[in-house]
Amino acid sequence: MEKQLLIGNEAIARGLYEAGCRVVSSYPGTPSTEVTETAAAYPEIYCEWSPNEKVGVETALGAAIAGARAFSGMKHVGLNVAADPLFTSSYTGINAGMVILVADDPGMHSSQNEQDSRHYAKAAKLMMLEPSDSQECKDYAKLAFTLSEQFDTPVMLRLTTRVAHSRSLVELGDREEVALHPYVKDTDKYVMMPGRAKKRHVIVENRVEAQKHWAETASINTVEDNGSKIGVICAGISYQYAQEALGDKVNYLKLGCVYPLPEKLIQGFSHHCEKVYVLEQLDPFLEEYCKTIGVDVIGKEVFTLQGEYSQRLIRKVVLGEEYPTTSLDMAIPPRPPVLCAGCPHRGLFYALKRLKVTVCGDIGCYTLGASAPLGMIDTCICMGASVSSLHGRNKANPENETKSVAVIGDSTFIHSGITSLIDIAYNHSNSTVIVLDNSITGMTGHQENPTTGKNIYGDPATAVNLEALAHAIGIHRVRVVDPYQLKECEDVIREELAAEEPSLVISRRPCALLKYVKHNPPMKVDTDKCVGCKMCQKIGCPALSIRDKKSCIDFTQCVGCGVCTQLCKFGAIVEGK
Amino acid sequence: METKSIMIVGVGGQGTLLASRLLGNALLSKNYDVKVSEVHGMSQRGGSVVTYVKYGSKVASPIVALGEADLILSFEQLEAARWLPYLKKGGTIITNTQKMDPMPVVMGAAEYPHDILDAIRAKGVNLVAVDALSMAVQAGSAKAVNVALIGVMARNMDLEKQVWKDTIAATVPAKFLEMNEKAFELGYASQGE
Ligand SMILES: Cc1ncc(C[n+]2csc(CCOP(=O)(O)OP(=O)(O)O)c2C)c(N)n1
Ligand code: SF4
Ligand code: SF4
Repeated sequence: MEKQLLIGNEAIARGLYEAGCRVVSSYPGTPSTEVTETAAAYPEIYCEWSPNEKVGVETALGAAIAGARAFSGMKHVGLNVAADPLFTSSYTGINAGMVILVADDPGMHSSQNEQDSRHYAKAAKLMMLEPSDSQECKDYAKLAFTLSEQFDTPVMLRLTTRVAHSRSLVELGDREEVALHPYVKDTDKYVMMPGRAKKRHVIVENRVEAQKHWAETASINTVEDNGSKIGVICAGISYQYAQEALGDKVNYLKLGCVYPLPEKLIQGFSHHCEKVYVLEQLDPFLEEYCKTIGVDVIGKEVFTLQGEYSQRLIRKVVLGEEYPTTSLDMAIPPRPPVLCAGCPHRGLFYALKRLKVTVCGDIGCYTLGASAPLGMIDTCICMGASVSSLHGRNKANPENETKSVAVIGDSTFIHSGITSLIDIAYNHSNSTVIVLDNSITGMTGHQENPTTGKNIYGDPATAVNLEALAHAIGIHRVRVVDPYQLKECEDVIREELAAEEPSLVISRRPCALLKYVKHNPPMKVDTDKCVGCKMCQKIGCPALSIRDKKSCIDFTQCVGCGVCTQLCKFGAIVEGK
Repeated sequence: METKSIMIVGVGGQGTLLASRLLGNALLSKNYDVKVSEVHGMSQRGGSVVTYVKYGSKVASPIVALGEADLILSFEQLEAARWLPYLKKGGTIITNTQKMDPMPVVMGAAEYPHDILDAIRAKGVNLVAVDALSMAVQAGSAKAVNVALIGVMARNMDLEKQVWKDTIAATVPAKFLEMNEKAFELGYASQGE
């Protein structure tokens, strides 16, 4: 069979394909996005971007109850949003197999917190598998469907960033078509009201017991006995780090299933070792279980709760060895991410800076407006929180109404901003909400969403009309601005702050990285006119820098958006040819 | 064969992902076990980015830790300095001489260090420095800087030239192939400072 170098997420998608999965509904989120993007390339699987994770899980559950193998994937914080259907899906169970993927981000490469989603598996009493490389991603995805049907439950897959985004070899197989399971009305199973749910809860507990039993001898829970006195219990990427750091110097218990855990297997493995380490990033999930079953292990007292592990860390802690390094005796300035050259968000933030307002921020590329030199975000919590927290801020003190705004991206607004805006209209605060409508879900790598007029396949789709939506929920002051026009933005927002009514400002211009966006030739600095006042540097465009005391434009980056030209009082920034 | 570790570092948006994909595919065609660890997400917006490529008879960890890299390919000078501690003793670093000011430097909150290349050499590190941006521009577009750098790297690795050329042909879109082939050749022919 053919082998390919796939990232973990692509391998999961391949697993969905081979397992005969028919319906996929997900909301993007790093590091999970490519699963659904890749699945969309298989014509046999119907795929969609859902408006948020709760909708994604419910859509997949509906498909599974109707009899099709179904999937929903998300990042760790997305699972918080989907928690409601997650917990009760454990009670209803499924008809055809259902798999829910959650991708955690230890080290927070692209996230606002570092939560450990394994707790959800335990709390919702759902089985959870954790692969350690791309081949396992594919194999476990297929196995998860089998287990889902065997135990009548959704099964969770947990990835971490390094598994989701690392390429390794995967052997491809064929798709096995799975016929639609017939749907039979069964209200005791699918209608969760107290009387019926009480009976289902008994079934849930029995199922977990049966799964524990299964885990004791499951082929994905493996022991590798190298005749050592030291044992290592691990799962996922930590297994790969341990293999690299420790090789055959230790014995391994690799857990492919992280919930429920096999009590006897762990006890038996540890019994033969003098010292047992638990290697797991984030929380002491396996460690605490080991301790409750009377197995004495070494874990978080020597390892960290924060950030990622590596072979280096394990080598250092377990063997006391470290490789030498070379470094320069100079201060190396950091290189934080920035809004792209020509990003439409930049001009809007500049206008807010001029207005000296407090900004309740949200999650997306525009969160980068928090960084210097713009520095125009005061809060950023979770998707949708900008709008609701502005409402709370204005209720706390109505004087805030004229000097605070919320900024929220188009995808984020659809995800969870709409309900918050309804709160503003319904419970009336004179709030000014700005939707940064760049016609795409930018931060996660440019996915279509319900405002863009296209679906996941790039085919035409119904687009939410934001102006009409605002009117329909009772917001009657709706203004549309072009964020490349600095003065216009400033004037309009000033008026809306002063208005004694809630308002919605739509800052509309597509993301500068979209293929259909036509750019102007790069701008140039006329060095005879430039006096080196650095005024243009205030907008923080990465294409602008200072060379020999004059402003300088990097032709490889500048897209000729003309925002900086509006700041130069000397007319020194001119159109290139 | 013992596992070899390569790092590709640069600034988000410079095309490091394509370079690592090319390298991974080239190694794959020689039947090595290969792992490539990529960065997606936030840092792709102009931040400091790193991709790890490892190959050998059996690769476990997909990442490269401090003091482990046999080769570092850097797309920008400051990034070469930043990731230097990941180089193994006796390892080689290839860097593009291009400089891109990070935002703290643009704002005057920090200074772009002077003489990075000399400082690296002074540490006794094998350094190859090339002006890959000029090569890319000469080939037709600043965007080909990644393939020009792959050309430089190809010269410093023991894979046949044809393997690289075949991989490029199989990886880049047809309409940019000619330009990328040219960039590769310019990189391959360069000697470095
Ligand atoms: C609950 C949740 N789901 C997903 C994400 C991942 N995520 C971060 S930003 C973002 C979307 C940003 O799109 P948009 O609001 O349109 O702003 P843009 O990046 O285009 O500026 C997503 C999906 C998240 N942080 N939280
Ligand atoms: S990807 Fe688009 S929205 Fe995001 S920073 Fe770049 S230009 Fe702005
Ligand atoms: S025109 Fe000015 S602000 Fe716009 S991309 Fe070019 S340098 Fe940046």
